[in-house]
Amino acid sequence: MRFISYLINGISLGSVYAIIALGYTMVYGIAKMLNFAHGDIIMVGSYVIFCLMSGAGVSPLVSVLISIVACTALGITVEAIAYRPLRGAASSLAVLITAIGVSYFLQNMALLIFGANTKQFSSVIKMDPIILADGKITITGETIVTIVCCLIIMIVLLTFINKTKAGQAMLAVSEDQGAARLMGINVNGTISLTFAIGSGLAAIAGMLLCSSYPSLTPYTGSMPGIKAFVAAVFGGIGSIPGAFIGGIILGIIEILSKAYISSQLSDAIVFMVLIIVLLVKPTGLLGKMIQEKV
Amino acid sequence: MSTVLEVNNLTISFGGLRAVDDFNVKIKEGELYGLIGPNGAGKTTVFNLLTGVYKPDEGKIFLEGENITGKSTVEINKAGIARTFQNIRLFKNLSVLDNVKAGLHNSFTYSTITGILRLPKYFNIEKEMTEKAMDLLKVFDLDNEASYLASNLPYGKQRKLEIARALATDPKLLLLDEPAAGMNPNETQELMDTITILKNDFKKTILLIEHDMKLVSGICEELTVLNFGSVLCQGRTSDVLNDPEVIKAYLGDD
Amino acid sequence: MKKIRINKSLKDNLITFGLVTVAFIAVEILKMTGHISSLMKGLLVPVCIYIICAIALNLCVGILGELSLGHAGFMCIGAFSGAFFSKCVQDIITFAPLRFTLAIIIGAVFASIFGFLIGIPVLRLKGDYLAIVTLAFGEIIKNVINVLYVGLDDNGFHFSLKDVVSLKLLPEGKVIINGAQGITGTPNDSSFEVGFVLIIITLIIVLNLIHSRDGRAIMSIRDNTIAAESIGINITKYKLMAFTISAGLAGVAGVLYAHNLSSLMAQPKNFGYNMSITILLFVVLGGIGNIRGSVISAVLLTLLPELLRGLSDYRMLIYAIVLIVLMLFNWSPKILDLRKKYSIKNLISKSKMKEAE
Repeated sequence: MRFISYLINGISLGSVYAIIALGYTMVYGIAKMLNFAHGDIIMVGSYVIFCLMSGAGVSPLVSVLISIVACTALGITVEAIAYRPLRGAASSLAVLITAIGVSYFLQNMALLIFGANTKQFSSVIKMDPIILADGKITITGETIVTIVCCLIIMIVLLTFINKTKAGQAMLAVSEDQGAARLMGINVNGTISLTFAIGSGLAAIAGMLLCSSYPSLTPYTGSMPGIKAFVAAVFGGIGSIPGAFIGGIILGIIEILSKAYISSQLSDAIVFMVLIIVLLVKPTGLLGKMIQEKV
Repeated sequence: MSTVLEVNNLTISFGGLRAVDDFNVKIKEGELYGLIGPNGAGKTTVFNLLTGVYKPDEGKIFLEGENITGKSTVEINKAGIARTFQNIRLFKNLSVLDNVKAGLHNSFTYSTITGILRLPKYFNIEKEMTEKAMDLLKVFDLDNEASYLASNLPYGKQRKLEIARALATDPKLLLLDEPAAGMNPNETQELMDTITILKNDFKKTILLIEHDMKLVSGICEELTVLNFGSVLCQGRTSDVLNDPEVIKAYLGDD
Repeated sequence: MKKIRINKSLKDNLITFGLVTVAFIAVEILKMTGHISSLMKGLLVPVCIYIICAIALNLCVGILGELSLGHAGFMCIGAFSGAFFSKCVQDIITFAPLRFTLAIIIGAVFASIFGFLIGIPVLRLKGDYLAIVTLAFGEIIKNVINVLYVGLDDNGFHFSLKDVVSLKLLPEGKVIINGAQGITGTPNDSSFEVGFVLIIITLIIVLNLIHSRDGRAIMSIRDNTIAAESIGINITKYKLMAFTISAGLAGVAGVLYAHNLSSLMAQPKNFGYNMSITILLFVVLGGIGNIRGSVISAVLLTLLPELLRGLSDYRMLIYAIVLIVLMLFNWSPKILDLRKKYSIKNLISKSKMKEAE
């Protein structure tokens, strides 16, 4: 019985990872860069909700909506200021270091504004838990909302990419930027859109994460961000179903190793998974191989 | 004259497409051999197979009788094949001199410790390497630019530097992938002279891919024409260039 | 021609060594005449640690061309293996310089071994993947050390990943590594003078390596792996060599760190990836591939915020902005075009051309 409740917790945490990983994987697939600051956008989104709800007494739903808008705007701005000028740069190292710089910037900005103290995040989700098997299994409202959110996002995203013109443009840009441009696709616009969607999802992920794990600091986003990247790599970077599966599996691994092996070593185990995956199947579960032409 | 390179039934497919199909060639010592064909005929793929970048699906490659099929690029270079690239691949942030000295890497050796402690051996061998590299640069008329960064050289000289670097590994067989691509007629003429020096003074065996027909007919002794991955025609340059099949492949059916 | 070149690299190296030595002597004089605040005194050893780390990371990022975000992990290994050794032999070897020399060698060797072992799988990966996997390894090292318990009694060493009790030590046995509490009571052997000597040794190793046959091979791999292979350079060997040496030197910095504090713990702030990023910052601001630049930026970025106390709140924020701006300035294709167009050289030649007309 205990195992089942661990499993449910794992799926819940995994769903959050999956939502973050979707942002990573889309940006990586389309802009071909590792957006190191993605995790910190989660943190910004959570602070926005925290301020609106605790500070200004805005209703949860409105706070979340504002947070999504704010994160989307932030994502677009960061892309335009820091990443776009480097498109076509000779060094991919430069892009990665810039992304690290952005991550550092967001963390320290939050540190300046909110201080290093942990803020108590009050859950956005007001829903009664479901109790099963005579009280042996309790599924919290947060868990249910998280899993449902993740499923909805996944379906909407897949439909968007496969059925709309903008989504097809994304696929085209991810295949070949040059060819896409020649076909009249607005490459910069498409990449902006990708960042917008990814960052909006990060806001949702932040809301869900902080509802389940309610302590908020300027570094809240960085570890989940890195783990979500692990999930994206696990599932095969660039693949949307891959990010979903990778996220869920990673969440389950983390919770189970916390429960059965060691809570201090759970991060180490998660990272070990990444290393093993990259060594055994560098393309992940559902990814594809790209080889350099000689 | 002995055979330097012998290739039998070389074949490779990429996802169902036979990029190179049943390729055979025999190159004798001191020969200047040309590999020509329309774009996409599989010429560079042949080079990549010869240098171990790709492993062939079928077929065997012999270098001076030694079977080198399936060996790694590094082993094949040590066995005696060096190449240049269609899209120039220099060590851009190293000096012109260091580019050539990198080519001398396996001919002059000293241990890491010798290098870090700067033992006398370090100075002696570095001096020898520099002298040898400067000699090579002189052949290519690059000695005055020795201290330049490779990326600061003009295009034509970059191509020459790539040849100098390949030559520094003292290969038995030199593969040149479109050495005249992007050169103006003057530069091409200069290049032809240099290649002749490689053949006559350095006694190198050379296999080259080229589109410039003037260069090919001017210096190559034998030719192989590739079309859609398979050999269309093989033989003495003048015979091959007059072959109706070859003319058709190059100019179309009309 | 060739003479000029050799002299140029020699001159370059001499300037670096000279700069470090002059700075050292200046600080020593200030110390003797008492013109140095206790705050600054406390920063002297950390500055040495940062310099060594920055040089080590620059070997990996600038010379090998692979971004490692796990160097704090190698520092951590060096720190713990060095401190562990010092704790064990504290009563046996009482001559501090000998003990510390051995500790440094042990720290360097252990960090190198880990660098080598981690390098074998990691260096097969490229770019972003390599960065994130080194980060992962760094975090794993930190996490494992936090649950590691080691004790020593008459029966020898006892290990556990659970707690002190499970070590089953005899009553007179002592705990050396105490999980998250780390190692306490490490002899305080680090000093500014030792730090200076270690910086010089690090510089000798790295600068001489760069200007040797091996260094050339490493840089050729950085510039074009496929071409390097085509001239017979063993990619794996030289990548591993650079990575291992870089890890070993980070380990040396770790030993220096461990012997500068009485208690050593593996925390996010000293051995987490934020530390790796701080070191990366030194490397980037000093110029990727520029060893002297790393030394200078490590000194400036550590001392400046302490001198300008008022700015210290904004320090990290300013670093982040500088990092981004520098990257854009040096790599953005558009900005590079502009720089070419308006470079001083170009402007001069343009005005000359106008004069000629």
